[in-house]
Amino acid sequence: MSILVDENTKLLIQGITGGFGGKHAQLSIDYGTQVVGGVTPGKGGQIFGAATPIYDTVSEAAHETGATATAIFVPPPFAADAILEAVDAQLDLVVCITEGIPVMDMMRVKEAMQGSKTRLIGPNCPGVVTPGTGENSHGGCRIGIAPGYIHKKGNVGIVSRSGTLTYEAVWQITQLGYGQSTCVGIGGDPINGTSHLDIIKMFNEDPETESIIMIGEIGGTAEEEAAAWIKDNCNKPVAGFIAGATAPPGRRMGHAGAIVSGGMGTAEAKKAAFKEAGIGIAETPSDIGRTLIEML
Amino acid sequence: MNIHEYQAKQLFDQFSVPSPQGKVAHTAQEAYDAAVAIGGDNIVVKAQVHAGGRGKGTFKNGFQGGVHLVKTADEAKAMAEQMLGQVLVTHQTGEEGRLVNQVMIAEAVDIERELYLSLLIDRETSRPVIVASTEGGMDIEAVAEETPEKIVHQVIHPLNGLQPYEVRKLAAALKLKDKGLLKQFNVLIHNLYKLFIGCDCSMVEINPLVVTPDQQLLALDAKFDFDDNALYRHPDIAEMRDPAEEDPREVEASKYDLNYIGLDGSIACLVNGAGLAMATMDIIKHYGGEPANFLDVGGSASTEQVTAAFKIILDDPKVEGILINIFGGIMDCNVIAQGVVEAAKQVELNIPLVVRLEGNNVEAGKATLEASDVNLITASTLAEATEKITAALSA
Repeated sequence: MSILVDENTKLLIQGITGGFGGKHAQLSIDYGTQVVGGVTPGKGGQIFGAATPIYDTVSEAAHETGATATAIFVPPPFAADAILEAVDAQLDLVVCITEGIPVMDMMRVKEAMQGSKTRLIGPNCPGVVTPGTGENSHGGCRIGIAPGYIHKKGNVGIVSRSGTLTYEAVWQITQLGYGQSTCVGIGGDPINGTSHLDIIKMFNEDPETESIIMIGEIGGTAEEEAAAWIKDNCNKPVAGFIAGATAPPGRRMGHAGAIVSGGMGTAEAKKAAFKEAGIGIAETPSDIGRTLIEML
Repeated sequence: MNIHEYQAKQLFDQFSVPSPQGKVAHTAQEAYDAAVAIGGDNIVVKAQVHAGGRGKGTFKNGFQGGVHLVKTADEAKAMAEQMLGQVLVTHQTGEEGRLVNQVMIAEAVDIERELYLSLLIDRETSRPVIVASTEGGMDIEAVAEETPEKIVHQVIHPLNGLQPYEVRKLAAALKLKDKGLLKQFNVLIHNLYKLFIGCDCSMVEINPLVVTPDQQLLALDAKFDFDDNALYRHPDIAEMRDPAEEDPREVEASKYDLNYIGLDGSIACLVNGAGLAMATMDIIKHYGGEPANFLDVGGSASTEQVTAAFKIILDDPKVEGILINIFGGIMDCNVIAQGVVEAAKQVELNIPLVVRLEGNNVEAGKATLEASDVNLITASTLAEATEKITAALSA
């Protein structure tokens, strides 16, 4: 088991003919992920790479291939529409990699998704990886832009708002001889489809996940909400790290959502919430893996 | 992105949000002409900088206050002369202050009550929220701290838009009872909401929103923040950007798709990814150093980007050492290493440089770094790299 996706998940790539989307579609195929189709309006009927059919619309692609998940690589002005198209096609999972989508667009998307069966991960995220059993974790499901080879099949669930900081944690776990059940990057935007808490709940239910790493950063209160739930409900060890303790207030630190404003969203408050919930706190990003392993 | 007060006034006019008459002036003569055009004998001259606390600020030439009341156009001209071309220091500008390139000449209005009104995106609900308070003219964070019961939040459904009952609740919270005022408030809040949504604002704050003795509702001062990601569909607003108000290093960095924020420390860092860049700043502090900046080079790290980053970093006289932290997930670490070596040569680097590479083809990358004639130190983990750079600086 794992959460969200496994080696049987059939994946579409929206924006497969773009440079960025195409590159990562190929990397996912090489990883052993079942990329069953691509979507680029106007390029339906063409073939991507060795044998991946391209469709004009998501619903056509889903109908023809039986895909249940999609990764979105389309440019920011068209990304909200791409998400809604995937929701309309009733896919189970939409992972939006695109960075730079206007907040107002995401606000409308989030409202429009109420009551739908689709789960959105991201936007502005590295994606989701459930490692496989092959060499360098091949044979798993890689959706997005994470390097596949740093993973190893195992029992640590990882959730984070950041990309490279997630890779850092994944790599530490792998180096320490452990592995991951599923790694989820929920994205660095102020409005996203899935929260830390949503993923933590799934990890708590997942029999394969035995412990959890939660990586947060300044801005918002999502980490505090997850910590409060963990305190009362989570029966698995959780270790965490919060980035941005040294960030100046009022400045956006790269991620649109990483900002301390009006005294809200500080690293200090998040660490206090972690401590209160019994979450092991890594003092530095180099200690994330070790902090968790010492709790096991 | 922020804008000046006179630009906020232009947007208010465009969306029919009532505010006192006002005009921008770049010269003393323009200030005179503006004062004549506005007329009356109650004129206010306001220095235009992107910072609060202007009224209580001090110019570097000793002149007190960036906001002054005058009676005549001649006085407005004299006042503008005192401010234009001078550097204003307020509690928000830092010691370096801000150069005043323009002033706003506005009609000064009598005030009966000062209210507070703002719109922003509420992260918890992912919806717009209107914040209102009877305690206008004060720092709203201080009000939130001392008398939180005097602040009202009204979350708006983004697909339904502003509803009549929401307007009534807000009016009641602001203690607006007079029929004429209620009517004005209804128009103002709807137009303000249209402006907020239509211009992709991340925040609009009117502080104060005033009630005049003759029962007019006017937005006296406003602060705007726009969603940078949406500027592509608002070229007119993007035009309002004033690079003079931004850190020149940040302006330079943005040309190379580098995300740079200057800080006060001595250890510069260059990292790929925003989360890892923040975490790198944090670990520098943890090992007793002080970060000189936040710098995210994005998913890749090309030679051109690294060279530009070095130049921006080295422009800061406080910088005594550099820490490069790259997790090359997909990128070949050897390509990054070659880029770092090339860039270090181009800028003739002569301060300690520690490079930590991890990821794809890392062994070849390290070999390239070690074989180069550039004076640099390599490290395998971020902790090791940070220890090495702090040690190099204290040696």
